Amino acid sequence: MCACRCGINVHMKSGKVAYIEGNRDHPVNKGVLCAKGSAGIMQHNSPARLRAPLRRTGPRGSGEFEEITWEEALETAVSWLKPLRETAPEKLAFFTGRDQSQSFTGWWAQQYGTPNFAAHGGFCSVNMAAAGIYTMGGAFWEFGSPDWEHAKLFVLFGVAEDHDSNPIKMGIGKLKARGAKIVGVNPVRSGYNAVADDWVGITPGTDGLLILSLVHCLLKAGRIDLDYLSRFTDAPVLLDGDPRSDTHGLFLRDGEGKPLVVDRLSGKTVAFDTPGIRPDLAGHIRRAGVSHGTVMSRLAETYLSDSYAPEAVADRCGLTPARIRALAAEIARAAFDAPVVLDRPWTDFRGERHAQMIGRPVAFHAMRGISAHSNGFQTCRALHLLQILIGAVETPGGMRFKPPYPKPATAHPKPHAQSVPGQPLNGPHLGYPQGPADLALGPDGKALRIDKAFTWENPLSAHGLMHMVISNAVAGDPYRIDTLFLYMANMAWNSSMNTQGVMEMLTRTDDSGDYVIPRIIYSDAYSSEMVAYADLILPDTTYLERHDCISLLDRPISEPGAAADAIRWPVVEPDRDVRGFQSVLLDLGARLGLPGMVDDAGAPLYDDYADYMVNHERKPGIGPLSGWRLGKNGLQHGRGDPNGGQLDSYIANGGFNAMHIPVDAQYFKPWNMGYQDWAVEHGLMDAPTPYLFTLYAEPLRRFQRAAEGKGDVQPPDHLRDRIRDCLTPLPVWYPPFDGGDTADFPIHALTQRPMAMYHSWGSQNAWLRQIHGHNPLYLPTALMQAQGLHDGDWVRVTSPHGEITVPVLEMVALNPNTVWTWNAIGKRKGAWALDPDAPEATKGFLLNHLIHELLPPKGDGLRWSNSDPVTGQAAWFDLRVRIAKATPPQEARPQTGRQTSPVPPSPDTLRWQVRD
Amino acid sequence: MTQLPERTDRTLGLVIDLDTCVGCHACVVACKGWNTQSQPSPLSDTDPYGADPSGTFLNRVHSYEVTPEAGAAQLVHFPKSCLHCEDAPCVTVCPTGASFKRTEDGIVLVNESDCIGCGLCAWACPYGARELDAAEGVMKKCTLCVDRIYNENLPEEDRVPACVRTCPAGARHFGDLSDPDSPVSLLVAERGGFDLMPEQGTRPVNKYLPPRPRDTWEEETDVLAPWLAPVAEEPRGFLGWLDRALDKL
Amino acid sequence: MHPAPSLIAFTTLSGLGFGLLFWLGIDATPPTGWVAFVFFAIAFVLALGGLGASAKHLGRPERALKAFTQWRSSWLSREAWAAAAALTLSGFYAAALVFFATPVLPLGWLGALMALVTVGSTAMIYTQLRTVPRWHDPSTPVVFLLYALAGGALLSGRVVAAILLLVACGAAQGWVWWDGDRRLARSGTTLASATGLTHGTPRAFEPPHTGSNYLTREMVFVVGRKHAAKLRVIAATLAFILPVLLLLLPFHHLFALVAVVSHVAGVVVARWLFFAEAEHVVGLYYGRAPSG
Ligand SMILES: Nc1nc2c(c(=O)[nH]1)N[C@H]1C(S)=C(S)[C@@H](COP(=O)(O)OP(=O)(O)OC[C@H]3O[C@@H](n4cnc5c(=O)[nH]c(N)nc54)[C@H](O)[C@@H]3O)O[C@H]1N2
Ligand SMILES: Nc1nc2c(c(=O)[nH]1)N[C@H]1C(S)=C(S)[C@@H](COP(=O)(O)OP(=O)(O)OC[C@H]3O[C@@H](n4cnc5c(=O)[nH]c(N)nc54)[C@H](O)[C@@H]3O)O[C@H]1N2
Ligand code: SF4
Ligand code: SF4
Ligand code: SF4
Ligand code: SF4
Ligand code: SF4
Ligand SMILES: [Mo]
Repeated sequence: MCACRCGINVHMKSGKVAYIEGNRDHPVNKGVLCAKGSAGIMQHNSPARLRAPLRRTGPRGSGEFEEITWEEALETAVSWLKPLRETAPEKLAFFTGRDQSQSFTGWWAQQYGTPNFAAHGGFCSVNMAAAGIYTMGGAFWEFGSPDWEHAKLFVLFGVAEDHDSNPIKMGIGKLKARGAKIVGVNPVRSGYNAVADDWVGITPGTDGLLILSLVHCLLKAGRIDLDYLSRFTDAPVLLDGDPRSDTHGLFLRDGEGKPLVVDRLSGKTVAFDTPGIRPDLAGHIRRAGVSHGTVMSRLAETYLSDSYAPEAVADRCGLTPARIRALAAEIARAAFDAPVVLDRPWTDFRGERHAQMIGRPVAFHAMRGISAHSNGFQTCRALHLLQILIGAVETPGGMRFKPPYPKPATAHPKPHAQSVPGQPLNGPHLGYPQGPADLALGPDGKALRIDKAFTWENPLSAHGLMHMVISNAVAGDPYRIDTLFLYMANMAWNSSMNTQGVMEMLTRTDDSGDYVIPRIIYSDAYSSEMVAYADLILPDTTYLERHDCISLLDRPISEPGAAADAIRWPVVEPDRDVRGFQSVLLDLGARLGLPGMVDDAGAPLYDDYADYMVNHERKPGIGPLSGWRLGKNGLQHGRGDPNGGQLDSYIANGGFNAMHIPVDAQYFKPWNMGYQDWAVEHGLMDAPTPYLFTLYAEPLRRFQRAAEGKGDVQPPDHLRDRIRDCLTPLPVWYPPFDGGDTADFPIHALTQRPMAMYHSWGSQNAWLRQIHGHNPLYLPTALMQAQGLHDGDWVRVTSPHGEITVPVLEMVALNPNTVWTWNAIGKRKGAWALDPDAPEATKGFLLNHLIHELLPPKGDGLRWSNSDPVTGQAAWFDLRVRIAKATPPQEARPQTGRQTSPVPPSPDTLRWQVRD
Repeated sequence: MTQLPERTDRTLGLVIDLDTCVGCHACVVACKGWNTQSQPSPLSDTDPYGADPSGTFLNRVHSYEVTPEAGAAQLVHFPKSCLHCEDAPCVTVCPTGASFKRTEDGIVLVNESDCIGCGLCAWACPYGARELDAAEGVMKKCTLCVDRIYNENLPEEDRVPACVRTCPAGARHFGDLSDPDSPVSLLVAERGGFDLMPEQGTRPVNKYLPPRPRDTWEEETDVLAPWLAPVAEEPRGFLGWLDRALDKL
Repeated sequence: MHPAPSLIAFTTLSGLGFGLLFWLGIDATPPTGWVAFVFFAIAFVLALGGLGASAKHLGRPERALKAFTQWRSSWLSREAWAAAAALTLSGFYAAALVFFATPVLPLGWLGALMALVTVGSTAMIYTQLRTVPRWHDPSTPVVFLLYALAGGALLSGRVVAAILLLVACGAAQGWVWWDGDRRLARSGTTLASATGLTHGTPRAFEPPHTGSNYLTREMVFVVGRKHAAKLRVIAATLAFILPVLLLLLPFHHLFALVAVVSHVAGVVVARWLFFAEAEHVVGLYYGRAPSG
């Protein structure tokens, strides 16, 4: 149901859904299920389900609609989209939210020809993903996992729940059962952090500093894995030390472009992958009077500096130096006291045979707590640096990638944004730029994309910036659009920063009284806030009523030991006039005559999404689903021709296909030829591509060089300093941008995902909303006392951008400068088929009202987006506020009016029982 | 039969690990989902989409903060359902015999068709383990999933309570606590499992495992210090050390 | 505990009714004919009204008869039997008085005894609950019986007995209020014993559900301490002080009537407090500190 993509067994009685439980065989959840998963029945039966396509009749935001037929709805959409495609395809902005079919929706947008496509990753996790991929060809997020079986120390940074929510819980359970130690680094000690053996109640936004201080301590004590660093990372690679060179600060390379290292055995300078060498971490060479040292020495110079000593950083982190040292020592002890040794011989990419797999049993995991800050990219990089220094990535006991990862940034596509009327886009939208030349800029230096992704403002915005689409479109900067097409994203509410502002922008009219964003098409399954702000609604089914494809081309269900993908198939037919969105999109594509969706005669190629899942091929032999494809000698997994019976095979196997990695290929994957060959054979890559982890990120250096004035593609002057300081090739820490004035806004304000709620949709669930029906603001004891507050009192919370008035509760186990609340519990009156007096609407609130998508004006007349300067990740957690006691208002403020509900009223009692 | 059995053949129950429970409420909802469709009448919800939604749940997860004498405050998630007490006061107060404790396995159950909904058993339970269903008018409680654990229609591995099966963290364990060699008994012995409100004299079957000691850094400083003994003070020294260290590899 | 009107009505009315039955049953020179009819009718209306009200508290009143089955262990079941016995015995006794003007004294004594047993059983329903330390005390049946006896005496027009019993009951009630405030603390049940979290000071953080539930409605009811103190004064004044003063005045039917009404009103308030002030230990789980 959510991004965790667990396997479920749906038990039916008399054709109705009676009970849902976890699928024991499923690679992700192995039988367990979270609260939301078990409450899926209430999701499926929700009274908020949309019933038929809708056309807006009242003003935007009113929620007044008329039901129309699908034919009318689709023809309306075609009448809007067809002329656009023929004249200015970029005037369609197609953005998808909690989408699990991005490889499909992205492909659709590419065939349509608009450069304006992305999913929600830009406000979600791009820092994590990009930092991981640029550093080591894989990230935590959903693409990497601690080695739960072997780790002895597990350090968790800034995670409340994460996408891998069940696997993390299962993993924590395993560690606990083994008596392994868990450390939680988080301003709030709840959830996973509550069960952590040790708690580091850090001040938000300072993890980078803490981590680099740990790096400092470990370097100083020599507690680093030299063998690992020399073999598998760029630590021994030589850096061009010549300030006059075009490649100053980049790797020295040979004629074939391969990075150079000094071989410790021969003393020669050779390509990194030369068989038989021992790359020298301390190597250096002199050429033409200039000396070139290794990444390792640059690294040591940087981080051994006293400015990273615990004493120098502790205050800013809200910790004591002793605490930082204790954590560093704990890591050193766990890593080097007793390595994990597996007797599994393997061969590396230099052809060297290793008798054993030796690993450091220290696993880290991190998510939005470190990434949703404007210094998040570099903080995530810092964490990867730490992991790699101790040799704890892709080794037993450390962190392991899940296929299709490892896959370095260079193996990913680059972004494409060149649109031509009537033509598909020149390539996939999203990708990993290697330098300024790859930015999505027009000849005039203007952004090609509506969200300004891949521009100098955030060059490595690999997931786009969905949070900037509406405000850029309204500002006409870089240009105006005609149709905003959204799918599964509650942009008028919890997924936007500055919620009230966004509601205003969605309803803003120009001089002639027309909406500034002329047309909005939206696909939702439920009566959300966003529905009220759209012109045309394409109602989706519930997740139990449609086909879905959780593909290896996208965000699959792989585990470290297996590449795996899955399907969902309808277990019940919709009892309303709704259609699966993917099928609708194919229908729309066929009506628009999009290439790949129609045959030569213009007839639709696919009946529906199920047909696409089986018969579409991205490359010959590679389709959305890897399992049970047709090979020369019958059915096979990975590569092969489409197989008409594929879905039946999936269903017979519990809905998924798992391709297990041979045991001798399960670790050291980036360098393990066993894995490389296996991955090629199974269609995960086209040729073996072993690579080095890049502690030193060349792409960042290339941008930095441009900022120094070198090269053809130059940043605007006002961004030069920022790029030079923030896009450093070695991880760096700088204070988050949107702190506001520390004296005026001294308190950090955060949100956390409740484990029993999924964003805004949990509230329509009769069972779950009893658990989280409203959300207090949690205040640390000191703050409660200072303000004379008691549980249930109300406070006014003010940020540089706005003000809310909300109820409070005391929490002791909380960083003394931090307040927090559960995310997305507050609801607009009239939405979600809830009573307008529902606590979600009267006491619940959104912190989003306080967070602006733009930073406060800086005096240069320009307003920068409230995002990470590298990737554009929305900096949700940079928020700072002040708090004052308030007389309790009737209801939480602000109130945003009431929308008419387009669905019938909800029942007064529920007696949910299905009988045979 | 509201008299308690002298002894039961087995003592089935749960062991809940407070060290591991992350407070995810998965067990709460799995319990609701299973029992609303398997019990004679559903577990109802009143005003489910309104101002005061309120429903019957047989298992709820509380949370507590514990502030030790020294050190940071801690948070403990605390799931609670019927503890299937040996001296179950809820049973003896029942005027109708609807509440009873089984001789064969010690499970405390309510026979819905005999229950008059007087609420007395809920009053007698110190743990808040019984809820009178607003729509059905009968008392509801945890059945230890008696309709799963003996259910021949389920695969053998699924014959465990719904809450145990679903718990992602593995914080819930089910078994026979009268057998000293059962995995649950061993866990209790090893981890110091304890009773809730022993002074109430209910002799609960379910046991709770205490959170392990937290934040023990201070005690370990001596052990940890050598791990950070410096090899060098500045970069040049470090490179020298590096050179020597590489030689030894 | 939630002060449910049905339970307040039940304990108040049935206490008075069975109290009256007691006095009628032990009267050596009982009234006969119409006078007897009126007295017994009042007693029966009160007792049955009380029992009727208690049925309202049931989720499944149509199955109420099942409550007779478990007399061996359940005080509620015993109460049902006792009430039935008291009403049947007193019924026969009354019939003999009303229709035959024949006092079958032993029958009256038995009826009276069963009336007391009924009140005692009612009290035991509450007394037995360890979960409510305020009730779990030998004083509970004593006070219930005193209320029934005093009310019965008042209703049956026994001035001296009424005065003495009202004073005794008032004193007992006063002591129970004072002592009751300390019983939860004395019981040894605390949030720490409830959770076993003894490695520091526990404090309830988030409740399991933000919504309400049966337990919070039924058992986690709290009254403000000031509010309770005020109500205690009102209850004492109405139930004891005023009736005693009125009885001490030269007898007048109006005074007697006012005394009865005042007493009943006072008992209602006292019973409201009986329930409302009773802290169920489950409240600890929900972060309700003892109100002492
Ligand atoms: N149940 C549930 N699961 C979900 C979702 C859901 O809505 N509900 N949403 C899914 C989605 S879309 C996402 S993106 C993931 C996100 O999953 P998480 O990454 O777990 O995101 P949050 O819940 O925002 O938690 C952020 C955590 O970081 C902490 N934090 C904030 N600032 C800092 C900091 O500066 N330093 C440190 N160390 N910690 C900090 C917060 O206290 C909080 O605990 O969850 C996914 N899983
Ligand atoms: N303050 C604050 N705000 C945040 C965050 C934060 O940490 N703090 N986190 C941010 C992050 S990481 C994210 S990912 C966003 C998430 O925010 P959103 O992407 O808005 O996520 P949802 O609330 O899940 O809304 C998605 C919409 O999808 C609809 N939907 C549900 N199921 C279906 C379906 O089957 N089909 C269709 N077509 N629609 C469906 C829902 O009804 C809902 O309207 O929130 C962001 N907002
Ligand atoms: S974590 Fe997500 S996918 Fe897994 S059970 Fe829960 S809601 Fe479903
Ligand atoms: S926990 Fe409560 S309901 Fe369960 S047996 Fe014990 S007293 Fe009875
Ligand atoms: S509510 Fe039902 S089970 Fe409970 S005591 Fe009354 S009759 Fe017995
Ligand atoms: S054993 Fe069954 S009934 Fe009891 S709490 Fe667990 S799921 Fe609910
Ligand atoms: S499912 Fe397990 S971890 Fe989650 S709340 Fe229940 S016991 Fe705790
Ligand atoms: Mo997200």
